[in-house]
Amino acid sequence: MISLDSADESSAPRSVRRASIRGRLISTVIGFGTLAVVTCVLAPLVGSTSISLTRALDPSIPFDQNVDAQIFFVARLPRVLAGALVGSALAAAGVVFQAMLRNPLATPFTLGVSAGASLGAMLVIIFGGAFALGPLSAVPAASLVGAGAATAVVYWLATRHGHAISTSVLLLAGVTLNSFLSALIMFVQYLADFAQVYRAARWIMGDLDIGSYDPLIASLPLVVVAFGLFALLPSSLNLLSVGKDAAAARGVDVPRAQRLAFFSASLATAAAVSLAGPIGFVGIVVPHLVRLLVGVDHRIVLPASALFGAAFLVACDLLARTLLSPVEIPVGIVTAMIGGPFFLWLLVRKS
Amino acid sequence: MAARTQKLIALVALVFVVLSLDTSRAQDKAPLSAPRRIVSLVPAITEMLFAIGAGPQVVAVSSYDEFPPEVKALPKVGALIDPDTERILALRPDLVVVYGSQSELGKQLERSGHRAFSYRHGGIATTLDTVRDLGVATGHRAEADKLASSIQTRLDAVRDRVKGRPQPRTMLIFERQPGTLRAVYASGGVGFLNEMLTIAGGKNVFADVSRESAQPSIETMLTRAPEVILEVRAAGLIEKTPSPEPDAWSALSSIPAVKNKRVHLLTGDYLVVPGPRLAAATEAYARALHPDAFK
Repeated sequence: MISLDSADESSAPRSVRRASIRGRLISTVIGFGTLAVVTCVLAPLVGSTSISLTRALDPSIPFDQNVDAQIFFVARLPRVLAGALVGSALAAAGVVFQAMLRNPLATPFTLGVSAGASLGAMLVIIFGGAFALGPLSAVPAASLVGAGAATAVVYWLATRHGHAISTSVLLLAGVTLNSFLSALIMFVQYLADFAQVYRAARWIMGDLDIGSYDPLIASLPLVVVAFGLFALLPSSLNLLSVGKDAAAARGVDVPRAQRLAFFSASLATAAAVSLAGPIGFVGIVVPHLVRLLVGVDHRIVLPASALFGAAFLVACDLLARTLLSPVEIPVGIVTAMIGGPFFLWLLVRKS
Repeated sequence: MAARTQKLIALVALVFVVLSLDTSRAQDKAPLSAPRRIVSLVPAITEMLFAIGAGPQVVAVSSYDEFPPEVKALPKVGALIDPDTERILALRPDLVVVYGSQSELGKQLERSGHRAFSYRHGGIATTLDTVRDLGVATGHRAEADKLASSIQTRLDAVRDRVKGRPQPRTMLIFERQPGTLRAVYASGGVGFLNEMLTIAGGKNVFADVSRESAQPSIETMLTRAPEVILEVRAAGLIEKTPSPEPDAWSALSSIPAVKNKRVHLLTGDYLVVPGPRLAAATEAYARALHPDAFK
């Protein structure tokens, strides 16, 4: 375990806090960054098979005869990288949604983005053939389109009565859209043949076993853009999570900050879900755990959650592929098995 | 209040009378006479019924039924998860074939005086036993025995044909997300697919998985290194065979089957149905595994 600066900030004078924020940010990023890097370096070395790293990295063996190299570079590395990308995107999106909606129970999937993505994926799995949009294959492409459509609908509903997003309408519209889309997903599955139901069910459980770098290359730019936007957010999130009026009084352009938060978090969620399916609990457990460790300042919580999310999902996937080896547990089940009880424990402990 | 109570009593009495009428009617029926109105909710069983000459007795089938072509004209009354009980009862069947997991439906049918025939997929022996049982249940005993032994004879012929040849280590895949290596479902070491593969002269790389299906990760597929990959795909109603599909397997070039171009794709719904056509399916597997044996 890493040691973290957990000084009680409320007792410190304001000027001291402002001065120490940079130092705390650096120490937190180093701490959580080390954890993420160590996890990502160790994870590809372990699996259901034991491989020889020297053989895997030996350039004198042709790649198509080098099983160790293929296991390392085709089976494990893309998978670990996908876990890191998806984990950090979901955890960061969770932080942003929770602050923006002022609701500790918000997750990246609360506002219907993932249900839209899932419906898109289901439609292709059940009715579609194989097509590709650049590096995106059919299912991720369709789930991105679905996520985009759901985001647009929720945004339109929440801004109908003025330019600013109404958080309560956003939450209600999002939750309702979520249920409505879930019903459509069930209907589409109901129309499917047995075989397609297998595939659909597998997708919904979440899966990082992507087997190639193409899906990563397709999702990376989306996540990078989302994280670029996240970097603009922390100060206004700190004020927004206190209240809209308080934020406006301190000079935050509230409508702009909300739009930025909503679209960046939706983009990160869409990229994550299109790559790996709707993997639950990362977006709620990681932010809460990080807040427990480093306090509530979003300038610290957001980067720390992104890094810890990466480590968490990579570790969960490591368990998923080794625990019952050679049989695999879908990673979404592992995150739920670990995340659910942990979150309940957190709740009980706090109250 | 009193009027309502009276109405309630009358209603209960009416229900009771109807129920007792229904049971008395059921008792009138000779329980073992050959059924004339069969409803089959299991496609494999529908195929068996038609193959043993009980086809004309079938009045309705499941929504998944496509074979033989005669079923297309019959009413569809739901399937495994959505049987339409009301329509089934309205057809006044005297035998309803249900899947083993539909025990509630089976009980419900029996309560209302209908005979239910419960079935579960198993191995090839299950299929042959079921054919014979259906013969007894439907009054086509001779045809059923004949069909069961002809399937057995044909399977034996396939086994003999490939006997003595080296058995390639084979991965039998029955589901996969087209164009990718995701959501792969392969035959485990149990069930009719595994038995058909074995008779066809293949050695299942997942023989040690004691379940009907395995969902191998890419790492597992690389480690098991099959010499042949046999992909069977039931060409369903909705899904057309995808036009030139990107070759996802080429990424796993260390797998001998990929390296030696021994990835075979077979399409047709008969390939994965444990019914009368399983001998034909086994032969198709054998032709793919041992092309030399069929020259």
